[in-house]
Amino acid sequence: MNQPHVVDVDRIRKDFPILSRTVRDGKPLVYLDTAATSQKPTVVLDAERHFYENTNAAVHRGAHQLAEEATDAYESARARIAGFVGGEPNDLVFTKNATESLNLAAYSFLNATLKSRQNLALNPGEDRFVLEAGDEILVTEMEHHANLVPWQELCAKTGAVLRWIPLTDEGRLDLADRSELINERTKCVSIVHQSNILGTINDVALIGEYARRVGAVYVVDACQSVPHMPFDVSTLGADLVAWSGHKMLGPTGIGCLWGRSETLLAMSPFISGGSMIETVTMMGSSFAKPPARFEAGVPMAAQAVGLATAADYLDDLGMDNVCAYEHALTGYTVDRLNELTGVRIIGPDNNVDRGGAISFVVDDVHSHDVGQVLDDHGVAVRVGHHCAAPTCRRFGVSSTVRASLGIYNDERDIDTLIAAITDAQRFFGVRV
Amino acid sequence: MRLEDMYQEVILDHYRAPHGKGLTEPFDVEVHHVNPTCGDEITLRVVLSGDRGAPVVDAVSFDGQGCSISQAAASVMHDQVNGMPLSQAMASVDAFSDLMRSATQEIEPDEELLGDAIAFEGVAKYPARIKCALLSWMAFKDAAAQSTAKANE
Repeated sequence: MNQPHVVDVDRIRKDFPILSRTVRDGKPLVYLDTAATSQKPTVVLDAERHFYENTNAAVHRGAHQLAEEATDAYESARARIAGFVGGEPNDLVFTKNATESLNLAAYSFLNATLKSRQNLALNPGEDRFVLEAGDEILVTEMEHHANLVPWQELCAKTGAVLRWIPLTDEGRLDLADRSELINERTKCVSIVHQSNILGTINDVALIGEYARRVGAVYVVDACQSVPHMPFDVSTLGADLVAWSGHKMLGPTGIGCLWGRSETLLAMSPFISGGSMIETVTMMGSSFAKPPARFEAGVPMAAQAVGLATAADYLDDLGMDNVCAYEHALTGYTVDRLNELTGVRIIGPDNNVDRGGAISFVVDDVHSHDVGQVLDDHGVAVRVGHHCAAPTCRRFGVSSTVRASLGIYNDERDIDTLIAAITDAQRFFGVRV
Repeated sequence: MRLEDMYQEVILDHYRAPHGKGLTEPFDVEVHHVNPTCGDEITLRVVLSGDRGAPVVDAVSFDGQGCSISQAAASVMHDQVNGMPLSQAMASVDAFSDLMRSATQEIEPDEELLGDAIAFEGVAKYPARIKCALLSWMAFKDAAAQSTAKANE
């Protein structure tokens, strides 16, 4: 166990070279877009470089020493990252990104359904993934498009029905009709842990309990939670948990899907080719056991090594410390935004069960224009619908400004943000 | 590059008091264009008249929502194409499209074809905003093409 210690943000910032650059004619960079992608500490970049300079070879192929070392580095990274979320190595599948992880979950239903409709043999346990017309998939009204569109596609192809848990005006799940929404026809519940747009942290263990009662496959989109809080896959009651590498200080090009052993064994692959097979003849093929079954082609070894190093970096800080530090900074940000006239937070305007993705609108100034003025101050935020257009629609806005926090941010960053918002109001004549 | 270089006063004037906003009847063609990255959208109507050889843009109207750049661009577009011979209107569309490439290409802006739209030169230096500026112009181009095709049926 790591000794709890106070997060020293000045020291942490030195680990992230990009934070010392300037933007827009010499303004110091104030990076508040970590929910889109996090910045990377030097140790992660060094780990990738070290792999390429010393160990690079195609994983799981070849008998030469480099191939052995590359394979060992890749599989060690798998064990390290599985351990980071309290899982077993063989229960962790590497994907291109979290979007692919969620598509893998959705396509497992499509594949099982197509196999069933052609009377083909199912894997043990795969019947849980077979959909009949009228079966239901349940999501929420706060999903990222990555946890919405694949399910819409699945429903369109199978005749299943997509349903969703609505939201309260504060941006919480409205579970008033839960016993109707989660019923014996519900075959899959797929929900976000922390909303990327509202910042709401959902009680995924509770929803997991509901899903378990009806036997639904339970999928959790943990993109915004794994990087920011202590996370243990075994406590959620989830079948599958998806997250991305690049949002947790790791490289782009790698995502994760953790699955319960028996769930992964039940699933059929949706990307096929080399590495994922057992035997191949001209007449047909059989597939490897998970996780290899879902990792066709030469995998992203350097990225896995980089991501394992990101997990080391976060564990050295201590996820309890990361969570406590970011929680305090979230509270500060919410308070400062609440003080501003003409600024409205979309999502919880308090610091209860909410994370550091904080969306807001500025009265009479379009979010794109707010973002432009912020950019002129060196403040990098995201503007738009944040790949959650239905959530925007729910709150009657076409877009928002989103400031999202990382472990390298501090109150000075928030003060710059607040000053820049005030300047945007001045610039567009809504504050004199 | 300063913020004021992009948000020229003439752009902000058009944003605050847009020309041609509010859909009018009758119309030949109505189109709906969106900018999927930011959610901005525009509905645009056109009426073309005159000889098939030399049609004229009788009326252009639009409605929609979006940032100051997209709304001001729609207003300026209206001024440059409404009541103009279609050939000249399309030449304005081309001139504006060229202007949006001026950060990476050497171009000589045609002030006559562009009118107030010349104030958008600074927008071309912000790649993320070029689509905002082009939204209404591309909607008009689409609507004019559809209207022409309809007339030729």
